Amino acid sequence: MSRAVTMEQALALAGMAVVLVLLSAFVSLLAARIPATLRLVATPLLGLAGLAALAAGVIALLLGGTVQTTLPLGLPWLPWHVRLDALAGFFLLLIGVVTCAVGLYAPAYVRGFEHGHDSLTALGGFSGLFLTGMLMVVLADDAFLFMVAWELMSLSSYFLVAYHHEHTANRRAAFLYLLMAHVGGLMILLGYGVLAAFGTGFSFSELRAADLPPIWAGVAFALAFMGFGMKAGLVPLHAWLPEAHPVAPSHISALMSGVMLKVAVYGFIRFVFDLIGQFPWQWGVVVMIIGCLSALFGVLAALLQTDLKRLLAYSSAENLGIIFIGLGLSLVFLSTGHRSLGALAFVAALYHCLNHALFKGLLFLGAGAILHSTHERDLDQMGGLLRRKPWTGLFFLVGVLSISALPPFNGFVSEWLTFQAALQAWQLQSGVLRSLIPIASAVLALTGALVAVTFVKVYGIAFLGQARSRHVRRARPGPWGIQAGQWFLALLCLLLGVFPTWVIGLIDAVPRAILGGGLPQAGAYGWLWLTPVSPQTASYSGPLVVLMLAGIGLTVFWGLNYLWSRGAPVRWIRRSDAWDCGFAPPSARMQYTATAFAQPIRRVFGLLFQIDETLTPQEDGTLRHRLHIGDRFWGLLYLPVARAVESAARRVVLLQSGSIRVYLGWTLATLVGLLWIIT
Amino acid sequence: MDNYLTLPGWVLAVFQSCLYLALAPLLVGWVRKAKARLQNRRGAPLLQAYQDLYKLLAKEARVAHTASPLFRAAPYIVFTATWMAAATVPLLVVDLPTAAIADIIVLVGLLALARVFLALAGMDVGAAFGGMGASREMLIGALAEPAMLMAVFTLAMTAHSTNLSSVIDHHLVDGFVLRPSYLFALGGLILVAVAESGRIPIDNPTTHLELTMIHEAMLLEYSGRHLALMEWSAQIKLLLYGTLIANVFFPWGIGRGFGGAALGLGLAAVLAKLAALGAVLAVGETVLAKMRLFRAPEFLNLALLLSLLGLLSHVILEVRA
Repeated sequence: MSRAVTMEQALALAGMAVVLVLLSAFVSLLAARIPATLRLVATPLLGLAGLAALAAGVIALLLGGTVQTTLPLGLPWLPWHVRLDALAGFFLLLIGVVTCAVGLYAPAYVRGFEHGHDSLTALGGFSGLFLTGMLMVVLADDAFLFMVAWELMSLSSYFLVAYHHEHTANRRAAFLYLLMAHVGGLMILLGYGVLAAFGTGFSFSELRAADLPPIWAGVAFALAFMGFGMKAGLVPLHAWLPEAHPVAPSHISALMSGVMLKVAVYGFIRFVFDLIGQFPWQWGVVVMIIGCLSALFGVLAALLQTDLKRLLAYSSAENLGIIFIGLGLSLVFLSTGHRSLGALAFVAALYHCLNHALFKGLLFLGAGAILHSTHERDLDQMGGLLRRKPWTGLFFLVGVLSISALPPFNGFVSEWLTFQAALQAWQLQSGVLRSLIPIASAVLALTGALVAVTFVKVYGIAFLGQARSRHVRRARPGPWGIQAGQWFLALLCLLLGVFPTWVIGLIDAVPRAILGGGLPQAGAYGWLWLTPVSPQTASYSGPLVVLMLAGIGLTVFWGLNYLWSRGAPVRWIRRSDAWDCGFAPPSARMQYTATAFAQPIRRVFGLLFQIDETLTPQEDGTLRHRLHIGDRFWGLLYLPVARAVESAARRVVLLQSGSIRVYLGWTLATLVGLLWIIT
Repeated sequence: MDNYLTLPGWVLAVFQSCLYLALAPLLVGWVRKAKARLQNRRGAPLLQAYQDLYKLLAKEARVAHTASPLFRAAPYIVFTATWMAAATVPLLVVDLPTAAIADIIVLVGLLALARVFLALAGMDVGAAFGGMGASREMLIGALAEPAMLMAVFTLAMTAHSTNLSSVIDHHLVDGFVLRPSYLFALGGLILVAVAESGRIPIDNPTTHLELTMIHEAMLLEYSGRHLALMEWSAQIKLLLYGTLIANVFFPWGIGRGFGGAALGLGLAAVLAKLAALGAVLAVGETVLAKMRLFRAPEFLNLALLLSLLGLLSHVILEVRA
């Protein structure tokens, strides 16, 4: 039998996904006249596009080949090159999965906007263009198309961040986002410029062949790391992330946090692992240190937030940090000649990319479901949502367990793989590296434990206990579409945790294509066993852990409730009031709040933040507590830069005489200067 | 891999897991007894902990009106996760299949799973104490977990394996060398064990004074069989940490085959080691006072520092590249 599907068909599917999202964008133009278009046509088209991208990605990973073509667009001497390989396939899969869930979720969610005064055309149109940009970034095979798609992604998401533009804070967030996205874009452009200067053209195959002297390779790496790191929200370039992600509509937040940050990871991998290809170990150390900083700072900042979506955004910075720890480890191992260990760390990072897309998408959709029915983002106003929205509560719990890296969910597997890679540090020659990697793994362990604190806080405050405000008490289960989107992602979170061997079998095509070697050992003992290095070193059996947990749990439950009580479980439990210490009955206001929950951690790690806490006595004898938690990086990095730009601008103002002749003179001088340089 | 997955291995694994259940109350009873003797009291009988569990299991469970289904599911999840975590630690013999299914990272993960559900259950009813206990427990857990991981990573790096069975095997085969990394890891792990199993100086298992309690605060709303499961899991956790320290740092006596003699010797050895550790814990609890909550981070930072020093001294001093 000849091969049933080919890479060409995968590329055609990917092309179809792009056409579908563009179609969705154009159909949204009608939404100004007929509001239902967005709900009935545009958002389902996104879901279909997601399905196509998912299929294309899976086929590309299964076949592991490469296919390229050129589009009749672009510059006369530089047509747009498009290429689908395993790496692009993996990220297509990632984009596709989350887009599918958003396609299920959005129709019900955008219905809430139909009666508002916000433009539906803008929402649908820019969502479509945003996804077009992300898909094209992944498919691009030359620097020109890459940058065009990258800018399309940044600009269209700017309009989505600014969607609720009537609030000043949102406009400011959007501006900050636009500014940083462009500074980042500029750095990426310069990075490609450095590569192109030593190559023969702008297509990736020509850039790949470029022979860079080490210093210029270092410059290109630094530019790319800063540019892509800015988009990925790595600390200290993260300032836009907690501002921009929360203010977009929730399904867009899911796409931005779950997918767009991963596109930045894609860009970094393509640039450093694929295009540069040769790297010294110092780069790995830099990436690892920045990853550690992001992970730890991100989680601590998340822990101190009370705005649910802002908390999730900070947690994205943390997860991207974990991904970059994995990539840094991979760079260190690859540059010291440990190819299979490099592949292990690389697979761990990719696995975490996929996991983060799934659970962060799920959590943002859950936050959206809460927002949809209560119009509330502040944790300190929530409470008791599990009993009012049982399905959202259940799916959110899955997201919480996954992101906290608890077995048997997916977050655990990627963290386990990262630890396994870090534990092979003894194979390295350099004592510095051997001691740096354990410190990085200590940071990773601390991060993982703090994530659990953060999300116990989120779930305990929002979903458990009693409602802290009236509108939350009136929350109702959402429409089925909203639940279906979450259900899909929650199921995937569980499956990716239970059957890691299959997932790694799929991901393995990427390191085989990019690094020239995968993890042949990972599934050597069948689908039950995950043995990334060798069975003597480490083994984990997701299916058996689940089977045993479920088996023991159900046996204990059955034994205690039926066997032990001889079949009379109903009378054996009695409802009563909560214990009140013999004083007034507990009220919702007596519960711990999110702020109170985080207080011990705030005290332990408070030095890292600018904490402004005041207690002022009021006239009526009560006390008023004000707490403001500031990001120290604003004072350390952003404000000095802003001040420097301002003072530079003040100098430049001297040129601004108001006379057109002087301006024409400057223009001429610049032109002559430029001509002189290029001749 | 194949040498793990044999039928006698599975049978022994089940037996060993049941032994964990059976021995856990005994260890607690022993520590209480030893403590009472040190304080010139006669103390409750050695088997009192079993009777307490039996009493709780036979009682009706009361659940607050404000409790969600999670409150009723949590005791089962906490119990199962803790028990399964314990099952991966070799008690009598090594080379059991449970060690291949879940390595030490999974062990830490399962304990974290139990802790998360314990904290969530504490917050479920919506009374003030539950949230207080949950917040404190998560703080201590967050600082103890990395210390524990670093300590076990020291062992794992030495044995080039995260499989606990292989780690113990490695020490038995290679002969025990008193490595500096081991001393640091042992110190770190002991501090973690004290903190995680809620003993003095971090938490007082016998207190019900609202302002100081941690673990008990989360259990305030539990009664009947739910409380029994929660108490039992706490006992299993203490036994787990005891066994981990006893069998990893002092592996002598643990069975390396599945014969009757090996099993008998293994049981006698582990009982003796646990009795000694229990006595040490009782002495420690008698001479120390409970710390203020905000001294606990310093205690746990010391644990993290010790464990990290263990790992660093291993990779710097003991690895020959």
